[in-house]
Amino acid sequence: MAWFKKRDDRDGKKKSQDDIWVKCQSCSAHVFKQDFINNQSVCPKCNWHGKLTAYERIGLTLDSGTFVEMFENIRPADPLQFVDGKGPYTEKVEAARAKTKLNESIVTGAGKLNGLDVAVGVMDFRFLGGSLGSGTGEKILQAANYAYDKNIPYILFSASGGARMHEGILSLMQMAKTCAGVARLDAKKIPFISILTDPTTGGVSASYAMVGDVNLAEPGALIGFAGRRVIEQTIKQKLPDNFQTAEFVREHGFIDKIVHRRDMKKILHTILSYYNR
Amino acid sequence: MEREFDFEKPVAEMEKAIEKLKASASGDTGSIAAQIAELEKKCEERKKEIYDSLTPWQTVQVARHPKRPVLYDYISLIFSDFIELHGDRAYGDDRALIGGFAKLGEQKVMLIGHSKGKNVDENVRRNFGMARPEGYRKALRLMRLAEKYNVPVVTFIDTPGAYPGLDAEERGQAEAIARNLTEMAKLEIPIVSIVTGEGGSGGALGIGVADVVLMLSNAVYSVISPEGCASILWRDAAYSAQAADSLKITAKSLLSLDVIDEIVKEPAGGAHTNHRATGDTIKKAILKHLKKLLTLTPAKLTEKRFEKFSAMGKFIK
Ligand SMILES: [Zn+2]
Repeated sequence: MAWFKKRDDRDGKKKSQDDIWVKCQSCSAHVFKQDFINNQSVCPKCNWHGKLTAYERIGLTLDSGTFVEMFENIRPADPLQFVDGKGPYTEKVEAARAKTKLNESIVTGAGKLNGLDVAVGVMDFRFLGGSLGSGTGEKILQAANYAYDKNIPYILFSASGGARMHEGILSLMQMAKTCAGVARLDAKKIPFISILTDPTTGGVSASYAMVGDVNLAEPGALIGFAGRRVIEQTIKQKLPDNFQTAEFVREHGFIDKIVHRRDMKKILHTILSYYNR
Repeated sequence: MEREFDFEKPVAEMEKAIEKLKASASGDTGSIAAQIAELEKKCEERKKEIYDSLTPWQTVQVARHPKRPVLYDYISLIFSDFIELHGDRAYGDDRALIGGFAKLGEQKVMLIGHSKGKNVDENVRRNFGMARPEGYRKALRLMRLAEKYNVPVVTFIDTPGAYPGLDAEERGQAEAIARNLTEMAKLEIPIVSIVTGEGGSGGALGIGVADVVLMLSNAVYSVISPEGCASILWRDAAYSAQAADSLKITAKSLLSLDVIDEIVKEPAGGAHTNHRATGDTIKKAILKHLKKLLTLTPAKLTEKRFEKFSAMGKFIK
């Protein structure tokens, strides 16, 4: 979901207002859109981290002009001929492709981070909620294999609601497939850094996102396995307000560090600078 | 045999008729006995017909049948000398996911599996087979022990899913499953898994990254329960049967999607009608695959496992 609401039926006056102002989803402050964008889509009033597109994230992470995209032609098939209450999966895929100009929920490739060669994968929540489909899993694996072959670190930014139901059991198998890829990096002692951004839940939290050498997260990101509603129905009690926030997960020992967006590149570089092989 | 489902009614009626005949025919060896034999044959055929044409949603009901054999049935039916090993060495011992050394015929194995109960008390004690992080961590500890002792791992999958509770989240359900997926990919001993009942999403896969994945013919294996899927994608759990269709969760579908390697055929009428026959078939299938896997070197084994899971999924290039 875009962090500011788009309305196609709004009148011209409202439209120009929306082009100038954005409303923070956390503190409700109205902020100049340009200030917000200049601040890396972080609210200047309360530090709330808005969602980024994959290419925006790559722009903030890699040295300018060094990113080479790979495996960009991989896109969803419809292995189950899946149709749900709202129509066929293929229509949803085409709508997502048209909206995002992406072929899958992740962008993969290689580039330089402060001069260091790295392989990267960056998920894009706009594409079917960043869900983990067969194409997503293939790209994550291929990028891991590239890191493996070139002996370069692998950096993976997650933003996903979990497995893609429309691909059924095949989406579940992507959890095993992607983990097999990062397991091989581990066996070859190649660094794998995972960054969990808002949101990282379900099957993605229960696979590659949680098994980085170092797990970083952005402030306030929703991170967890089961959905809040499912848990509340199961245990029949209200959950704490901070439940499944990055801070909650760090408190319980599964996130190494919460990093403000403006510091992420520097921290990634610092961590990788300790790699001494 | 007590019947639970509408689709089993024709068989139930035939069985009742057979019982009646038998009662009235005590001692008779003539025409009534022949009649009984004829009816029994018909009954078996009807059972086979019904079970060969179950809908996915009916299959879900069979997979969850309260009389379906559970792990401790299989332990007593086909394993011997089971030594249960408890605890994850960090937090506790999960009763929903258990394991230990056992013998399958002459073959020594590390047996790990979800442990459902068959009555309310047992199910409460075993959390309906829904494991917590300490269950997955115990499983991993036992797999590493098996690797050290050079004993193959056999896992029995039968869970509605990993437990969705506050405590499970606090102790890192996501990390525990993720860790197993990653470590199982590297484990240098053969792993054979069988989905015996419900293969519930990540909670099932957490012990399911195997060299050979088998599935009982009326088991199901899915990324989400049909009910869960229906309430999200149809916004109404009443569409569970449609969701079960769409999700392709039966053994036949999974075989055609290359997710499982072999279907282990249940007796006509389902596993719940004949635990022993079901167990014997499972035992044969596991031993057959273990025998082949045990000829491979550790390097070959992990390479093949990596290739197997690398090939999972369908996409357009
Ligand atoms: Zn704010």
